[in-house]
Amino acid sequence: MTPHTRRKVWSAVLIVGFFVLWEALCWLFNVSDIVVPKPSQIIYTLYQRGPALWPHTLQTLYTTLVGFGFGILIGIALGVLIGSSRLAYDVAYPLLVGFASIPKVAVVPIFVLWFGSGTVPAVLTAMIMCIFPIVVNVATGLATTEPELEDVMRALRATKTDILWNVGLPRTMPYFFASLKVSVTLAFVGTVISETVASNRGIGNVMMIASSNFDVPLVFAGLMILAFLGVSLYAIFSLIESRITGWAHRKDEFAMG
Amino acid sequence: MTSATELPRTEDTFVELENVTLTYGRGDKQVTALGLTNLRVNQGDFVALVGPSGCGKSTILKLVTGLITATEGFVYVAGREVGAAPVRVGMAFQNPTMLPWLTVRDNVMMPLKIVPPFRQEYQSKKKTEFRDRADALLKEVGLANFGDKHPWQLSGGMLQRASLCRALIHEPQLLMLDEPFGALDQFTREELWAVMQELWMKLKPTVLLVTHDLKEAGYLATRICVMRTRPGQIVDDAQVPFPRPRTIDMSYTPEFVSMTQRLREMIVSQRPVKETV
Repeated sequence: MTPHTRRKVWSAVLIVGFFVLWEALCWLFNVSDIVVPKPSQIIYTLYQRGPALWPHTLQTLYTTLVGFGFGILIGIALGVLIGSSRLAYDVAYPLLVGFASIPKVAVVPIFVLWFGSGTVPAVLTAMIMCIFPIVVNVATGLATTEPELEDVMRALRATKTDILWNVGLPRTMPYFFASLKVSVTLAFVGTVISETVASNRGIGNVMMIASSNFDVPLVFAGLMILAFLGVSLYAIFSLIESRITGWAHRKDEFAMG
Repeated sequence: MTSATELPRTEDTFVELENVTLTYGRGDKQVTALGLTNLRVNQGDFVALVGPSGCGKSTILKLVTGLITATEGFVYVAGREVGAAPVRVGMAFQNPTMLPWLTVRDNVMMPLKIVPPFRQEYQSKKKTEFRDRADALLKEVGLANFGDKHPWQLSGGMLQRASLCRALIHEPQLLMLDEPFGALDQFTREELWAVMQELWMKLKPTVLLVTHDLKEAGYLATRICVMRTRPGQIVDDAQVPFPRPRTIDMSYTPEFVSMTQRLREMIVSQRPVKETV
């Protein structure tokens, strides 16, 4: 067994073991469903309530992806703007940190005030949650581009745009994808927060209603769905990242491919 | 000492520095990198700039490329102020500065993507004519099968060869070499001198070479300019009379040795301790 597959096997063992231990502890201490439901019960709930949960899952996924998409666009635009010059970087950074340190939950009521409850505030919350890491990473990637690499281009009389497209942005890709992995999970947080506060659809809303009905297995089923969606998107972006920015990690498979 | 007033401008003059000074910083921290320098380089010349470190050799290259602007004086390329003339410039640095996300071939082809008139045709020719041209050049420097590799898979010497290819692919009229062989071992270096000489004799660009290696200057250059430091200035300017193609063996002949000895003494005598300025 190669070290790589061994690591994967142990990861799988750890995950399965975690749920087995959970189940065992619930049986052992006779934990009530109202407090912590058993994993088997959660899976049964998922199966039983699946048809009802499905549209909410789609709603949450849709909201998250739309918010994330806008977040990427705005994040890149702002990042390029801020990272393109030392001056812009130094001037804009404090304001950016200021915005980033606002707890995003606090702005949901404002969005609801402006746009009513429903999908729009959820999309916006997802968006503002994921913008900051993208902006910071893109800007940092651009601002730290080695001057020698730029000199090569400048000696060829390349325009600013040429340098951005051929040196700045490709060099920033590893930073950008690292931020995407963080951002996509944050986008989920944003969506769920907003759905919990002001929506009648989505997994956040389902969990809110279930907890007020003391339907704890359903709450945990919602958590499972969110975890699954989050992990799936993370995995997808990891895959894209290793395809596009393999040069930064110098993987042998990439080099040969 | 060379001076612009003494050397008449001719038809062949391609690069011209006229009373150029360059200072960095302000006030007390001001450093004069280059003090009142005049230099004329003819079309097709291979000029080596030698001198102690910090004498402004690289500064001259940057001025001629337009990477920095002279504090005073003028820099002309092809009869017009630097930057104004549509002159193709190739540059190779001591560091190979390959872009790590591109293959070696794509790195070599980068100037074709940027420099007119090639850039207009880049999209249509990058998989045919331009690709063949890059491969032909890579083959010439001994990197025939390395086009698809990424930079980190190549050794320092190989990267430097690729860097030369990148400097030459767009057939530059002006070639700037900033100690391109400085970080290599002696044997690789001598091998690359031969490659460089061959390429120069074939393409005949005007070359400015910055180097610390007097043997390298003697082997490659048609003309050697010695610089002194603080402030940087050209103090000697001499033709190199040896016929081409030159060989490594030639560098052991008495004439060659006495030339490098003369240059060496000139540079050593300017060490700051002995400086009388």
